[in-house]
Amino acid sequence: MTVASPAQSHEEEVARSGATQAKIANYTINFGPQHPSAHGVLRLVLELDGEIIERVDPHVGLLHRGTEKLCEYKTYIQSVPYMDRLDYVSPMCMEHSYVLAIEKLLDIEVPERARWLRTFFAELTRMTNHWLNLGSHVMDVGAMTPNLWMFELREDVMNFYERASGARLHANYFRPGGVHQDVPQALLDDIGEWLEKRVPGLFEDSISLVADNRIFKQRNVDIGTVSRDDAIAWGFSGPMIRAAGIPWDLRKSQPYDMYDQVAFDVPTGTKGDCYDRFMVRVEEVRQSSRIMRQCLDKMPQGPVASLDRKVVPPKRAEMKQSMEALIHHFKLYTEGFHVPAGEVYVATESPKGEFGIYLVSDGTNKPYRVKIRPTGFSHLQAMDFMSRGHMLADVTAILGSLDIVFGEIDR
Amino acid sequence: MGCAVANNSAPRVVPREGLLDEVRAALGEALLDAREAVSETTLTVRRDDIVEVCRTLRDSFEYQQLMEIAGVDYPSRPERFEVVYHLLSLTRNHRIRVTLSTDEDMAVPSITSLWPVAGWLEREVFDLYGVLFDGNDDLRRILTDYGFRGHPFRKDFPLSGYVELRYSEEQKRVVYEPVRLPQDFRAFDFLSPWEGARYILPGDEKASPEAPGAPTPLKADEVKKP
Repeated sequence: MTVASPAQSHEEEVARSGATQAKIANYTINFGPQHPSAHGVLRLVLELDGEIIERVDPHVGLLHRGTEKLCEYKTYIQSVPYMDRLDYVSPMCMEHSYVLAIEKLLDIEVPERARWLRTFFAELTRMTNHWLNLGSHVMDVGAMTPNLWMFELREDVMNFYERASGARLHANYFRPGGVHQDVPQALLDDIGEWLEKRVPGLFEDSISLVADNRIFKQRNVDIGTVSRDDAIAWGFSGPMIRAAGIPWDLRKSQPYDMYDQVAFDVPTGTKGDCYDRFMVRVEEVRQSSRIMRQCLDKMPQGPVASLDRKVVPPKRAEMKQSMEALIHHFKLYTEGFHVPAGEVYVATESPKGEFGIYLVSDGTNKPYRVKIRPTGFSHLQAMDFMSRGHMLADVTAILGSLDIVFGEIDR
Repeated sequence: MGCAVANNSAPRVVPREGLLDEVRAALGEALLDAREAVSETTLTVRRDDIVEVCRTLRDSFEYQQLMEIAGVDYPSRPERFEVVYHLLSLTRNHRIRVTLSTDEDMAVPSITSLWPVAGWLEREVFDLYGVLFDGNDDLRRILTDYGFRGHPFRKDFPLSGYVELRYSEEQKRVVYEPVRLPQDFRAFDFLSPWEGARYILPGDEKASPEAPGAPTPLKADEVKKP
């Protein structure tokens, strides 16, 4: 036993004697940057009063690679793979905005089959993105099985990706003017069968385990509520704004590619809490499956990329025969194509929300400026007001419902 | 440019008829230029009026959402930076772009009082370009490293940066060192391959004639006087 020294502070004295403490200081903890439910490299500085969140200060940028600056040093077509690496769980949707922005400046016509293929693969990507998010959200709040089942489905999608583009993840499949190459009919047949037989079973089963589960609801209902006005003021988009009750979907309101030719519903939430955001995404998966089946029915045969040889390179076989094709190929893979000077902002409905590309061209073969409008950046900023007054454990539920990926936020 | 029927399959938006005239009337002096190109509307406004302009666009023209703030660097201009705001109207289903120009010293009024989302968007422009925002009370760096120096997206900032970091086994911590590229940075000029582009190799002293009085290994009396 030690003898209390006179220098001992008042607080220690109080603690030792067991008397009622007069003052409890707030304390600050770090959440991440290495934390399984931080969904990447997110560092949250949490100020806590006991277990109640007083303030959240997200520190982002740990995955900043300077994509926008790199794009300024590459020709237009060389930057497409950078887009894959933004939101790496929905690569093709990232390419979509970028190629549409270039096409808008070039004002180039894309053949019908290519537009159907892009719509089709964008929806496939939406499903796989939502599966990852739903699964990890469920796991963040304590369930295990649905995540594993949805990873089974994701594995199938990765195989489809490989069969279409040659790569399992970073597809690099969309091109200004169309897509890189045609898909075999067997792949489309297999995806159609997969949509009919495999997806409903695995997906609906895994959702049925949690959607009405008491623990899952206790962790999500009325957590991180966002009102309609807040959702607008904080720049929300995608499932986040729809869960707040605003039926806003760029695929409906500003249709691109073939979205005006397909029928689908836009689900909305009623309360804007974590549970609503979860269920909106669940319904979006079903709607995506519906869109994909329509694509399969309506997709015609034909070229899969523009025949404008000043933008889209010729096929390899053609190069063996034609000198002109060889020259075009050489010029497109060294110099690249020139884009008329001007500026465009093109936003598409990526699985996470509005993903925009602000492209400034100075008329050369490289973009003057590519500004990427990441989806999660605005959503993550709202983390502070969404978490205030909640318990520490709710942070993971809120974070899971935001659907953030750092490749995109940090760029 | 601004053709009525676009061939491309980019997002299709119904143009707002007479928008430019209404905007001109509502903004008056604050509006420097308004134009429509590639079916997109761009307004150039005076820097000091940006808050009022955005308030008018939000409250009278129904542009409820601020989607994006982008910085662009044009080093040749007297005011080198352009700050570009993208607004979206959910009710009228239309987008509008508002731009203003500034330089390293002149602060842009912050619009965080109108849209809280502007907080991080302005922080990003400040971090990457060094544009100051007056009224943003949390103007910290956001994307770059803690203790980073410089503003990396400026056109005069090299792509490779100035420092690189690695974990030092000796010092048991991460150390910062000047960038050393094993291969010289290559920037090919594909724009004029047949027009005599000058590819100067680093260290190629014969590439350009020596300036008079340049250092030489010859003795003073061996140098040929011109």
